[in-house]
Amino acid sequence: MIALLFRDMRLAVRAGGGFGLGLAFFLIVTVLIPFGVGPQSEILGRIAPGVLWVAALLACLLSLDRIFALDYEDGSLDLLATAPLPLEGVVAMKALAHWLTTGLPLTLVAPGLGLLLNMPEDAYFWLVVTLLLGTPALSYIGTFGAALTVGLKRGGLLLSLLVLPLYMPTLIFGAEALRRGADGMANTTPLFMLAGITLFTIALLPFVAAAAVRINLR
Amino acid sequence: MSIWEYANPKKFMETSGWVLPWVIGLTALTLIPGLVWGYFFTPQAENFGATVKIIYIHVPAAMIAINAWLMMLVASMIWLVRRHHVSALAAKAAAPIGMTMTLIALITGAVWGQPMWGTWWAWDPRLTSFLVLFLFYLGYMALWEAIDNPDTAADLTAVLCIVGSVFALLSRYAVNFWNQGLHQAASLSVDKEEHVADVFYKPLVLCIVGFILLFVTLVLLRTRTEVRARRLKALEARERMA
Repeated sequence: MIALLFRDMRLAVRAGGGFGLGLAFFLIVTVLIPFGVGPQSEILGRIAPGVLWVAALLACLLSLDRIFALDYEDGSLDLLATAPLPLEGVVAMKALAHWLTTGLPLTLVAPGLGLLLNMPEDAYFWLVVTLLLGTPALSYIGTFGAALTVGLKRGGLLLSLLVLPLYMPTLIFGAEALRRGADGMANTTPLFMLAGITLFTIALLPFVAAAAVRINLR
Repeated sequence: MSIWEYANPKKFMETSGWVLPWVIGLTALTLIPGLVWGYFFTPQAENFGATVKIIYIHVPAAMIAINAWLMMLVASMIWLVRRHHVSALAAKAAAPIGMTMTLIALITGAVWGQPMWGTWWAWDPRLTSFLVLFLFYLGYMALWEAIDNPDTAADLTAVLCIVGSVFALLSRYAVNFWNQGLHQAASLSVDKEEHVADVFYKPLVLCIVGFILLFVTLVLLRTRTEVRARRLKALEARERMA
């Protein structure tokens, strides 16, 4: 499993440039926002937490179809499916690799982009905390979506239509916890809900995703 | 004699062909009087004026919109467990109906909200969760369309329906948490004394029954179409082989 994890991470970082792409997309979306809503810093500061969450979510979405597509094309997914390692474990590791190469870097660069949007000072801590808690859920839900669309030639657009509604609860609780934290209000409830969603998706979705992969490989 | 007999496509086609005219007749018998009664023979409500009449479409459509998804969920589970093709096709047939009902509920709600709340749309929990439900229907139908192999499509959409149900419920609670509501609370319930006044209640119940029958009619019709389309495909495939 560990070997698989490192293999997937190496592939993500070295081959095809998918690694930097998500981060660059995150940056570009954040830069586009002031062009759209105007440069007044108080407006930007107020919407910054929500904007960063939505941008991180979209950046996460961008690299989802890479999770299975390349392995499906060159046949290594069939090998992984027949390997002694259960397919659930393979899927879980692939999702983890996706998080380590997408969600985690996004979380780390997010405070820097917060500076660009003139985010209030109290929000930085909560931005990192909520993204750290929430992005694993995005990766695991996304892996399920990717598993559904493995066999399709042009699954990218369909993938976003399938995955985005599933992202909504995560986004709502994540952004809510961040907003309340930034305003100095109590935010334990949305924070716990966010952590709950993440743990729930990590625990259960690999099984469903593995079932979907099996159906697709049949 | 068990209910699973009707999972046989032939038996299903025979029975549904026999039942269908009756259901159509019953739908007409309930829906038309219900709507006419509601529109022309009920008084205008205090504070609401004539806009109250939209309730006869809005409430039943919203109920069907949610319950159609529930029906799809049950049908999907039956397909996954017992592999009855009719069940998968019924789930496929129900999706566009549910989507249309969601859209009807949203549009009639907006039309009503404009004079009453002064806005077409508000990010109220009920409105938002209906919009989310609409997106779930879209995704479900898109997945059916995208996959060529019918069995694979049935399997994957069934899985999506089950996972989607969990997340749809979660979204419902999330949006409740996220924003306070503008929408009034439930105006109907079985056990509590919170009904609308009797004059509006009776035609409304008639309309709800009518909408349920309409849903059954449409699902039967569309499932029959799907079964026939599947047969046609099989015939074509056989011809190509020969």
